[in-house]
Amino acid sequence: MCRTVDLHQAVLAKNDATAHALRAELAGRGTTMVNLLSSPGSGKTALLERELLRARERGVPTAALTADLATENDARRLARSGVPVKQVLTDGLCHLEASMLGRHLEGWLPAATRLLFVENVGNLVCPASYDLGEDLRVVLASVTEGEDKPLKYPTAFGLAHLVVVTKADIAEAVEFDEEAFRAHVEQVNPGVEVVLTSARRGGGVGELLDRALAVADGGAVHEPVMAGQPHEHHHHHDPDDTVMTRPLP
Amino acid sequence: MHEMSIAMAVVGQVQEAAELNGGVTSVTSVRLQVGELAGVVPDALSFCFELACAETLLQGAELVTESVPGRARCSPCADEWAVGMPPRLCCPRCGEPTLELLSGRELQIVSVRWEEEPTARRRTCEPISEER
Ligand SMILES: [Zn+2]
Repeated sequence: MCRTVDLHQAVLAKNDATAHALRAELAGRGTTMVNLLSSPGSGKTALLERELLRARERGVPTAALTADLATENDARRLARSGVPVKQVLTDGLCHLEASMLGRHLEGWLPAATRLLFVENVGNLVCPASYDLGEDLRVVLASVTEGEDKPLKYPTAFGLAHLVVVTKADIAEAVEFDEEAFRAHVEQVNPGVEVVLTSARRGGGVGELLDRALAVADGGAVHEPVMAGQPHEHHHHHDPDDTVMTRPLP
Repeated sequence: MHEMSIAMAVVGQVQEAAELNGGVTSVTSVRLQVGELAGVVPDALSFCFELACAETLLQGAELVTESVPGRARCSPCADEWAVGMPPRLCCPRCGEPTLELLSGRELQIVSVRWEEEPTARRRTCEPISEER
């Protein structure tokens, strides 16, 4: 007998539910998570290294998790800042998912961590679809990637809480049109803040840390238009559910 | 390419639904809504879906995707329009970011068509094995 059954289930409902649970769990520990998305070669690691160093200087308990398709030196590089760093190899998977992240945080994330930076796998397509339970989603692009980048990756830029431009020191050399870039960001994500940085020259370094700390202090987070469409949630997590099953280290 | 992860999530959810229903012998088709702004490439998804279905209850199932255009509304202007691609999320009339997105972010399983044993409704069957 053949039968058609209505399901009306969001495909990413499970990931979303896990992400909500992880967000609540981290909030309970006083940890604010920042999810960093960019294309490969955007200079995200260089900037993050500077931000981590700044966090350490300022005495902010910070940790970083970096996800890569295969072994790279990102973790070693970030570890030079002196904050706890964990490298996660996704084994070919092009993005992190909330459950995967939860498993990696379990037993590793230091109890007193105030800020957790998660460097997602380097691409602007796949990671955009997966909520990790972050409080601040940052999309980065270098001046070398051109001012059309936000229009080529509207979902990534459209869902960002903050947009960071890297390698601003060479903007002139590569004829980066900042006004056009800002207009394109505004088109897909009206009202989102765009910050210019240069890890090499130090310009704008510390801004990312400041924004993250503002969120940690309960400050308002930009609400992207694209994120506003009401989602149907069919998966309801028990408030007692935990993503990280083991207690604090 | 995250279409594989998406396809596997679809297969997993259909398997769960079939298990809950009981008596499902095969899945004929799955109807999926994919919004223009969902960040998913339908062709890539179809390709991955076929792979993800292999050796499961969904083997050979057809994936029917309905594309949902992005639409937005500006409340002050009482205007509604298609956002296009790349999307234009500022009001074309007043230029204000006062709008709400009405559609375009969908990524959901609408319905599924399957073969079931008429006698075996509601949890009377043995659970479907977790094949991957
Ligand atoms: Zn208007």
